[in-house]
Amino acid sequence: MSPLAPMPGRGLEPGPLEKAPDPEPQELAALEGVWGALAPQERRGRRDLLLPALRALQASRGWISYSALAAVCRELTMPLAEAYGVASFYELLATEPRPRRMIHLCDDVACTLKGAGMLAGRLQALLGHPEQGEGPLGWSLSPCLGQCERGPAALVGDRVWVGLTPEGLEDAVGAWMAGEEARAHAGGVGTHLGSLGEGTPLLLRRCGRVDPGSLEAYVEHGGYRGLRRALQLGPEATLAEVEASGLVGRGGAAFPTARKWASAAREPAPRYVVCNADESEPGSFKDRVLMEQDPFAVLEGLTLAALAVGAERGFIYVRGEYPESHRSLLRAAEQARAAGFLGERILESGFSFDVELRQGAGAYVCGEETALFNSIEGLRGEPRARPPYPAQVGLFGRPTVINNVETLAAVPAILERGGGWYASLGSGRSRGTKLLSVSGHVVRAGVYEVAFGTPLRTILEDLAGGVPGGGAVQAVLCGGAAGTFLGPDQLDTPLSLEALQAVGGTVGSGSLVVLDETVDLWAVVERIARFFRDESCGQCVPCRVGTQRQLEVVSAVRRAGGPVDDQALAMLNDLAQVMRDASICGLGQLAPNAVQSSLRLLGRSGGDERG
Amino acid sequence: MAELARGGRRDAAEVEIRVDGREVRVPAGATLLDAIRAAGGDVPTLCYHETLEPIGACRICVVELEGSRTLVPACQRRAEPGTLVRTDTERVQTSRRMVAELLQSSADTSLAPDVERYGRAYGSRPERWRPLLDGAQEVEAPTPARVDNDLYVRDLDRCILCYRCVEACGEQVQNTFAIGVAGRGYGARIDAGFELPLPESACVYCGNCVAVCPTEALVFRGEYEMRRAGTWDEARQHVTTTTCPYCGVGCPIELHVQDNRIVKATAPVDDPTTHGYLCIKGRFGWAYVHAGLETGAGQEPDRPAAAGASPD
Ligand SMILES: Cc1cc2nc3c(=O)[nH]c(=O)nc-3n(C[C@H](O)[C@H](O)[C@H](O)COP(=O)(O)O)c2cc1C
Ligand code: SF4
Ligand code: SF4
Ligand code: SF4
Ligand code: FES
Ligand code: FES
Repeated sequence: MSPLAPMPGRGLEPGPLEKAPDPEPQELAALEGVWGALAPQERRGRRDLLLPALRALQASRGWISYSALAAVCRELTMPLAEAYGVASFYELLATEPRPRRMIHLCDDVACTLKGAGMLAGRLQALLGHPEQGEGPLGWSLSPCLGQCERGPAALVGDRVWVGLTPEGLEDAVGAWMAGEEARAHAGGVGTHLGSLGEGTPLLLRRCGRVDPGSLEAYVEHGGYRGLRRALQLGPEATLAEVEASGLVGRGGAAFPTARKWASAAREPAPRYVVCNADESEPGSFKDRVLMEQDPFAVLEGLTLAALAVGAERGFIYVRGEYPESHRSLLRAAEQARAAGFLGERILESGFSFDVELRQGAGAYVCGEETALFNSIEGLRGEPRARPPYPAQVGLFGRPTVINNVETLAAVPAILERGGGWYASLGSGRSRGTKLLSVSGHVVRAGVYEVAFGTPLRTILEDLAGGVPGGGAVQAVLCGGAAGTFLGPDQLDTPLSLEALQAVGGTVGSGSLVVLDETVDLWAVVERIARFFRDESCGQCVPCRVGTQRQLEVVSAVRRAGGPVDDQALAMLNDLAQVMRDASICGLGQLAPNAVQSSLRLLGRSGGDERG
Repeated sequence: MAELARGGRRDAAEVEIRVDGREVRVPAGATLLDAIRAAGGDVPTLCYHETLEPIGACRICVVELEGSRTLVPACQRRAEPGTLVRTDTERVQTSRRMVAELLQSSADTSLAPDVERYGRAYGSRPERWRPLLDGAQEVEAPTPARVDNDLYVRDLDRCILCYRCVEACGEQVQNTFAIGVAGRGYGARIDAGFELPLPESACVYCGNCVAVCPTEALVFRGEYEMRRAGTWDEARQHVTTTTCPYCGVGCPIELHVQDNRIVKATAPVDDPTTHGYLCIKGRFGWAYVHAGLETGAGQEPDRPAAAGASPD
């Protein structure tokens, strides 16, 4: 439209990209690492390289400067305001100077039960106020890092510190200040693994037993049998096996996997498959265990999805707080490629497929499938309107299948042993086996695989060892921050989609955080309310403002030390209704769940239980 | 299920749906909002703007759609054959009341007539959220308006984050991409990148963002100063439609005149060529009319004004 043409003359004036000073050498070097072999003209328009570039800049200098971001914009031919909008979206990226190294200390529910508050006090004494200071080392509080079974935990650069004690933390900080890349690993904090019920262990059958760094070991223990069979069967019969299995997604929404695949397979090529490895739901860490202990199974599952829907390219989006999972998958993909399990003409068939890894940078909402696409594409991690659905218009605008890590890891066994066999485990919509992340007040926190139908009490007592010291359960947070609190009266509920729904709960991501009677439940509710306020993308009013107001009501009640009075209750219920009914995505829609379900336990009735 | 629903799409030229019990036929591709209006009804809208693709951010236009777990935004959702829509249920009313109330509780909406009107219509009570902050640690400090150029002001405490300005500056109209949304969640805000002042940003001062802003969070400098001085009075203004003299495009321009002085230039949204958008010359180039008296904004005479004061 001609009236809108830029002003003559104005276009020749230097804009913010031209006026920016030159980046520092270390910033340029970091960017060279991202561009790799791409010639300058090949970088033009490659907006999907924005997030990798931002991560590289963050790692090199500790924050992203105007001059460095302008350099990125010139290379990728994109506007500064948009790149800044992306950079300022992520928790792990800074757009103002801050210490080069940050200790991101988890203060979420499970770590707080284990003394994260005291650790924060130590850090404050050692390093001053969070996010301040000019020194080499700073610190900040972080939402759940997905290490709940071995917390308290902290993310430091591309390392994760677990099992933190005040002494261990002080030593590590001291070593750091003296210039050593210290690790504060306390001894003896492993991840318990266990299983119970028919068909188990299935997903965990190699975890902790088979070397996750060796393709040979994987193949020796049944690996890639599913893919070999699928290559003989062909795409349609592969899809039919998954359909017969009754597998539904393990990422939270429990959508039938085969329906999603069939829908995308009907759309025109090119199509993409994506593995959602963003696992940012507080209390959830089972995907991490799969990626770190059985990475080839995840790759094989994604390859099978690609075969079934006819995709040649796939992406795995790993949350930024999981550097070890990223390394594990990267190593596995290299080996798989070298051995012909990825790449051109896989196992000498006509089927070609390869996968690219992408890392997040601290944003829970980027686990929402359409926000995840935007994140990969170099846009702000804001969920998109639906319809259209990803199967029609997904990543880069193409038909896309996106599945959770655990969903994909179940697929090789389905192909190997048959969909009918898988469906014979469980009943109703709940077929196969389910991984649970169990943490909080239990003797053995860890990842447990159970057959559907196992009562929650059995899981908590037989597998996780019950409450330490024989204490009593006050509540179990089931399904993460987006889940619900179950009371001790609800622990005989069997683990299944149907049974949990019937008691107003949800399987969600499959996490159980146990709170004993000593816990201040409303303080936990406040932490969850803060989580949603912090993690809202900010796009829609019900969630952007609603999560803030919800936090304010919860905090006001806590400050007053009092019960939830009628006025506060009415406000919480009004918020719950507009968030559930009118938010764009699941984050806003589920944000009132924990608050509302805690009201029941506290003897106040929550709003309507839809949602 | 919804994924399969699309598999059954038909490319019929017309779609028949039912709005509050009434049958309506709309062209394929029409939105629920189109259909509701065709049926003689209406729903409130805030982020929706007739010249922009639906943004779907404010959620005040939500309606009940049979078979949908949540309410859906009428401005954005396409009408599908056989859809049953209800526009005025209690559920719908609650969400609209709460959206207005949440916006009023989080922004200064005193110059946002639509927000205020819907708030009254749906019975919002924004004042009930205020006492919550007593004693809270995280009190929001007001952000001063940013007056960093002669042509327009950013008074972002009034912003309801409707995204209209971003769309108008970006892909949909101007293709300048000078402003975007930065930060996230409750801290999200309109920004040119690193909080740059507008003269250092990519802004070309077309003023199209100001034209679409429903809250006066973006406001022409002249109007801003007159409002501060208490001299802005729309009752004393009249609007003359004329043609921009600067180039061959010949955009229609509406000159707002108060006390024989041009105080603002807008453009008719229903013009088929310009859709209400202008360039810097048409938007700000009228200052020469008062040449020798002062510039349109009349500020900082010691600094060369931005291009609007002396178009070439
Ligand atoms: C706020 C939000 C966060 C989410 N985070 C994740 C996640 O971290 N991992 C995941 O697999 N699914 C997550 N989901 C669900 C995904 O949107 C999507 O349903 C899932 O990846 C589909 O995979 P599945 O069918 O295998 O479950 C999230 C959803 C929402 C609304
Ligand atoms: S507003 Fe700009 S494009 Fe339109 S006629 Fe005037 S100078 Fe030309
Ligand atoms: S519900 Fe929250 S996270 Fe989802 S789109 Fe709206 S603001 Fe963003
Ligand atoms: S500045 Fe105005 S147009 Fe832009 S988002 Fe805010 S309210 Fe909307
Ligand atoms: S890692 Fe700290 S609560 Fe999950
Ligand atoms: S007007 Fe429809 S979402 Fe704003």
